[in-house]
Amino acid sequence: MSTVTTTREPLIRISKRGGVLPAWKSWGIRLIGLALSLVVCGLLIVALIGINPLKVYGTIIDGALGTSKRTWVTIRDSMTMLCIAVGLAPAFKMRFWNIGAEGQILVGGIATAACMIYLKSLPTFLLLIIMIAVSLLAGAVWGFLPGFFKAKWNTNETLFTLMMNYIALQLTSFFVAKWETPYGSNKVGMINATGHEGWLPNLFSDGFNKDFGWNVVIVLAVTLFMYLYMNKSKHGYEIAVIGDSENTARYAGIRVNKAYVRTIVLSGAICGLAGFIAVSGASHTISTSTAGGRGFTAIIVAWLAQFNSVVMIIFSFLLIILEKGAQAIASQYGLSQEVSEMITGIILFFILGSEFFVNYTLRFRGKKVTK
Amino acid sequence: MESVCAIKMENITKRFGSIVANKGINLELREGEILSLLGENGSGKTTLMNMLSGIYFPDEGQIYVHGKPVTIASPKDAFDNGIGMIHQHFKLVDVFTATENIVLGLEDEGKLDLKAASRKVKEICDKYGFDIDPDQKIYDMSVSQKQTVEIVKVLYRGADILILDEPTAVLTPQETDKLFAIMRAMKADGKSLIIITHKLHEVLDVSDRVAILRKGEYIGDVATKDANQQSLTDMMVGRSVSLNIDRPTPVNVKPRLVIENVTAYDELGVKRLDDVSFTINAGEVLGIAGVAGSGQKELLESIAGLYPVASGKITYFGPENDKPRELVGLDPMSIRKNGICMSFVPEDRLGMGLVGTMGMTGNMMLRSWRKGKGLFVNRKEPEELANRIWKDLEVVTPSTNFPVRRMSGGNVQKVLVGREIAQAPSVLMTAYAVRGLDINTSYTIYNLLTEQKMKGVAVVYVGEDLDVLLELCDRLVILCGGQVSGVVDARAITKEEVGLLMTQHRKEDAAE
Repeated sequence: MSTVTTTREPLIRISKRGGVLPAWKSWGIRLIGLALSLVVCGLLIVALIGINPLKVYGTIIDGALGTSKRTWVTIRDSMTMLCIAVGLAPAFKMRFWNIGAEGQILVGGIATAACMIYLKSLPTFLLLIIMIAVSLLAGAVWGFLPGFFKAKWNTNETLFTLMMNYIALQLTSFFVAKWETPYGSNKVGMINATGHEGWLPNLFSDGFNKDFGWNVVIVLAVTLFMYLYMNKSKHGYEIAVIGDSENTARYAGIRVNKAYVRTIVLSGAICGLAGFIAVSGASHTISTSTAGGRGFTAIIVAWLAQFNSVVMIIFSFLLIILEKGAQAIASQYGLSQEVSEMITGIILFFILGSEFFVNYTLRFRGKKVTK
Repeated sequence: MESVCAIKMENITKRFGSIVANKGINLELREGEILSLLGENGSGKTTLMNMLSGIYFPDEGQIYVHGKPVTIASPKDAFDNGIGMIHQHFKLVDVFTATENIVLGLEDEGKLDLKAASRKVKEICDKYGFDIDPDQKIYDMSVSQKQTVEIVKVLYRGADILILDEPTAVLTPQETDKLFAIMRAMKADGKSLIIITHKLHEVLDVSDRVAILRKGEYIGDVATKDANQQSLTDMMVGRSVSLNIDRPTPVNVKPRLVIENVTAYDELGVKRLDDVSFTINAGEVLGIAGVAGSGQKELLESIAGLYPVASGKITYFGPENDKPRELVGLDPMSIRKNGICMSFVPEDRLGMGLVGTMGMTGNMMLRSWRKGKGLFVNRKEPEELANRIWKDLEVVTPSTNFPVRRMSGGNVQKVLVGREIAQAPSVLMTAYAVRGLDINTSYTIYNLLTEQKMKGVAVVYVGEDLDVLLELCDRLVILCGGQVSGVVDARAITKEEVGLLMTQHRKEDAAE
C-alpha cells in the first residue's frame, strides 16, 4: 500500500496546447527564443573571453552587413543557400532524405565550368542559357539515380545520396586536375578572368566589381516558382500527401514511385542550378570546396522553415549573417572559428527549442489554470 | 458502519488546452462490485480512468483509495495502490512467454526465478479459471488469450481494483461470455472492477451499477437492475433516441462485384486471404463479420487495388450493364480511369484514408485532386464540400483548415465517411464506419448507408458489433482466419450462430 497520503502535484508538467495559436503569439514565442539565445550567448561570451557581448554582436552585424561589399557578399551567399534549401524542400517534405545536395551542387558546378571553358565563343545570352540547362540536367541526373533505385528496389536513399556525394567529389578532383591553370597549381583559378565569358553580368550599377543582382533575380524566381509548385500544383499536393502517409497516397491513387523519381529529379536539378549560381554567379571557379558543406546547412534551413519557400528566405539570411559575423569576430578578437560556431549553435538551439513551446505549455505546481 | 469505497474520485477536473475532458466528476467504486462506465466516445471515460492508472494527472480534485487520500502521479503509484488497468491495446512482448511478460518490469529482490513465477501464475489461473499456459509464447496466442495474460499480469502484481478499457471490442460473443464469467469470479473473490464499454447489452449483462458520463460531465448512476437499453441510451445522449435501424427490403438486386477464389499473402508470406469467394450485390448492404484480424482489411484493400492479390478474380459489373471488368492487377488510379467510382472508408483513418496534417479541405482533395486540366489543383470545390460536411455532419473543428489529426476520433470519422459518400459511388466499402462515433451519429451513418443501398449502390459494411450487423445488413459474409466460413441471410440467423461461424474454419466444416 502507498506511503503517500496527501495530494502532491508534480512540480512542472508539460501539456499540449489546445487549438492553434494565433500567428502573433507563435511568432512572439520564437522572438523570445531568439532574444533568450542572445542573452545566453552574451553570458557565455563574458564568461569565456570577458568582452562586452554587445560589442560582439555589433561585430557580427558589422562583419555581415558593415559595408556595401559585405552586404552584397552576404546577399550573394544567402541566395545560394536559399536556392539549395528550396531545392531540398520537396524531397524532404516527401520524407525522401536527400543528403546528396553537395554532390548535386558539384556536378551542376562542373557542368557550368565546362561550358565556360569549352563554349566561351558563343554569344553571352546563349551561353548562359546553355549553362543553366546543363547545370539543371547534371543535378537532375544526380537526383534521378537514387530516386530510381529507391522506386525500383527500395534502396536506402540516405546512403545512396551520401555516396553520390563522394562520386561527385572525385569527379570534381578529376576535372580540377584536367583544367588546372597555371599548370601544376592543382587549382582551376578564375575561369575567363579577362573576357568574363559565362559570368553572370551585373544587373545594377557596378558597385565594386560585381553586384550579384542576377543571382537574386534567378533565385527569387526559383523560390516563387517552388512556392507555387509546392502549394498550388497537383504535384505539390502529391508530395504533401506522400510525406504524411504513403498508404494514404496509394489510397488516393497517387503513383508513389513515379512521384518519388519526379520529385527527386526536380530537387537535384535545383541543387544543380545552385552549382551554376555558385560558379557562374559567385566564385567563377570550381574546386572541391565549391559546395563547402552548404548542401548540409541548407537542410537545416529547409526544416527550420518547415519547407515554406518564403520563410526559407529569412532563415537563409539568418544563417549566412551568423556565419559571416562569426568569421568577423574570429578575426577581430583572435578567437578560433569554434567559438563563433558555438554561438551559432546556441542560437539555432533556441530557435528549434521555441517550436516546443509553440506546441506545448508548462504548468507549475499550485498555479490555477485559467480558461 | 458505512462501507468504504474502493475508489472515490472527488471533484475531478482535467483539461487539455481549452478542452475540458472531465469536469468536476464524482465517481465511486464500491468494494466488490462491477461498475460499468458508460458514455459516448469523447465523453471522457478513458481520460477519467487514465487518471486512476497514473497516465494523466488531474488538474483539480482528490482521489481516495479504500478511503485514504492518495496521489497517483505515475503508473507505479497506481500499482502501489492496487489499481491495475487493462488497456484496449495490449502491451505484450510477442516473443516472450506469458510468464515472462507477467514478471517483466517487476523489481523483486534477488534472482529472477521464472519457475516460481510460473507456478504463481498457474495458481492465479486455477483460482479464477483462466485458460492460458504460462509457458506459451504470446505470438502463439489468440486475442482473447492475450487479454487474459494482461489480466493475470495485473492480478500478479496484487491489484484488487481492475479497470478494463473496452475489453470486448476484439472478442467473439463466446469469448465475451467467458470474460464476463471471469469478471464475476474476480468479484466473488472481493475484487472491485470497472468496465468501460459502449455496448449496452454487455452493461446490462455484467455490471451491478452503471455510471454515465456525457461530454465530460458526470450524469449519474443507476443500479443495473433498474435500467434498460433505452433508459441508458437516453441518459448517455441526453435526449430520447430511437434505437431502430430502418432496413427496407432491397429492390433491383444484381451482382456488382464477383469475387472468385481470391488468395493473398502479406509481406512476410503469411496467407491473409485464403480462397475467398462471394458476391457483392448492388442495392444491398453486405455485412462482413469476423474477429478482428480475420482478413477484413486485406479483403477490402484487395478490392480497392491496394493489396496484392496472388490469385483469383474480382470482376466488376457496372450499373449500365456494360461489359464486366477485371479488377485484379489494377491500382486505384487505373480503377478510377476505368470509370469505376469506388468509395472506401478504411479502418486506419489517419494512416490510409486521410492526411493528418491537412485540414478538411486538403482531405477532400484526396478524391478530387486529379480533376481538371492543368497543373494546378482546384481548391474551390473541395472547400465547398468541406463546408457542407462540416455543417451537415456537425463536425467539431475551428476551421476547414484545422489539421484533422488534431480533431477527436469521431470527428475524423465524420470527415472520412462524409467525403466517401459524397463521391456518389457505385461501390461503397466501409471498415468500422461507426467506430468512435456517438450513438446519434452512428444512426445517421446507418441511415446514410441504407440510403445509398436504396440508390442502387453496392454497400459493404465491415463491423464489429454483431447486433448492428444483424439489424443493418441484408446478407452477411463471415470471415475466419482469412477464409469465408459462411455467407448467410442476415434476417434469418442468430447472433450465436454467427459467433460460432466466426471461430469455425471452413476446412473443419468440410470434414464433418
